[in-house]
Amino acid sequence: MYWKEISRQMNDIGMGSFIIVFLIAIFIGAVTAVQFAYQMGGTLIPRYYIGYIVRDMTILEMAPTITCLVLSGKVGSNIAAEIGGMRQKEHIDAMEIMGVNTSAYLVMPKILAALIVIPLLVCVASIISIVGAYIASVPTGMFTGAEFIQGLRSWFDGYNVFIMLVKAIVFAFILTSVACYQGYFVKGGSIELGKASTQAVVAGNILILIADYVIALVLTA
Amino acid sequence: MIRIENIKKSFGDVEVLKGIDFEFLEGKCNLIIGKSGAGKTVLLKLLIGLLSPTSGKIWYDNVDFTKLGNKEVRKIRMEVGMLFQGSALFDSMTIEENIRFPMDMFTNFTKKQKDDRVNYCLERVNLEGVNKKYPSEASGGMQKRVGIARAIVLKPKYLFCDEPNSGLDPKTSIVIDALIASITKENDITTIINTHDMNSVMEIGENIAYIHEGILGWTGSKDQVLKSANDLLHDFIFASPFLQKLKDSVE
Repeated sequence: MYWKEISRQMNDIGMGSFIIVFLIAIFIGAVTAVQFAYQMGGTLIPRYYIGYIVRDMTILEMAPTITCLVLSGKVGSNIAAEIGGMRQKEHIDAMEIMGVNTSAYLVMPKILAALIVIPLLVCVASIISIVGAYIASVPTGMFTGAEFIQGLRSWFDGYNVFIMLVKAIVFAFILTSVACYQGYFVKGGSIELGKASTQAVVAGNILILIADYVIALVLTA
Repeated sequence: MIRIENIKKSFGDVEVLKGIDFEFLEGKCNLIIGKSGAGKTVLLKLLIGLLSPTSGKIWYDNVDFTKLGNKEVRKIRMEVGMLFQGSALFDSMTIEENIRFPMDMFTNFTKKQKDDRVNYCLERVNLEGVNKKYPSEASGGMQKRVGIARAIVLKPKYLFCDEPNSGLDPKTSIVIDALIASITKENDITTIINTHDMNSVMEIGENIAYIHEGILGWTGSKDQVLKSANDLLHDFIFASPFLQKLKDSVE
């Protein structure tokens, strides 16, 4: 029963968020490349550095943080509203009476699904972001494809991917657990449900940003 | 039998229940009645353990429910069925899946045993053939009947109903009342109904507790309601001008 719920949540979080993650990743990559090309114009820094900067910027910061901030808005508010609605419609009470451990049945599958799916989405986002950078800069003649690829292949450090995955896992836990908490303990009517949903996004985003700083500090010390 | 002893419940500084003693009789339709805000729903939630009392005891036969751990509470809940005010059917599940849910949680029945039991319960509430429909495709009265089917699927010893007639027209309310009363008799269930529907009181109220502002205002049966000299009860029963006129004309 729990596995069925986990797979349903994985589908909701993963497939349900793919298009928004795809769009954001491709534009973030494109903008990063265009702006670095602009900043480095007229300097002595080799142009292939842009590929290198886009790659590390994407892996270390853009893919995990921006993706999870967006997911906090989409998935977090959805989870808070879903669980809060169940609380208000007495579904949670009904489950308790039917012997269901509601925190395990409602919260755990969401958190586990997010811990599996969100790191995958972040990996996909980082690849799409780099592709976005390529599309925005190479065909428009900012620099050549060979320069971009040379930049991507320069000074690659696998440890950065590890940092990205750590961020993705921590952010996934934060955004789902905060949303579940806000929804599970909602009291009152539709106004309170709206507030809980908003609170889930705001608190989730703030905690993600704090966690981002702490992880950066700890893992790069 | 369920007995409550000096039950008190406060939320912050507000004391909702101020010490209630009452015995819910076995195999009978026990009604908790009172105005909105009198504390009926709080009392019902205390009885099924969704809330904990500030003080007092709740006895299920000879077991003090307030002292039980999670395992023992789960054991008692296997014997409890509950019909919620808004039916509380799970929107993402079909009617059949809703009714099967308690069996999935509490039993090791085979699929065939579960299907047979679901079909029996649906038949019992006169809803054959709606297995694959979703709750959103059912009317309010149908949803209540599905709620009853789900509540009786594990053959409970105790059936709790929170405002079973709320939001229903008078005719459907009578059908629901009759259904609850007949299921209570057939299965010798201790049924506890929280209501302020006077039709229910006069039709199925075998053992009634009238709650007034957190205290027990009156107890008795449907036959004693009209004869009672209790002013608080009379204020409640004849609150509607129509019933007041009817009473005056009879007198």
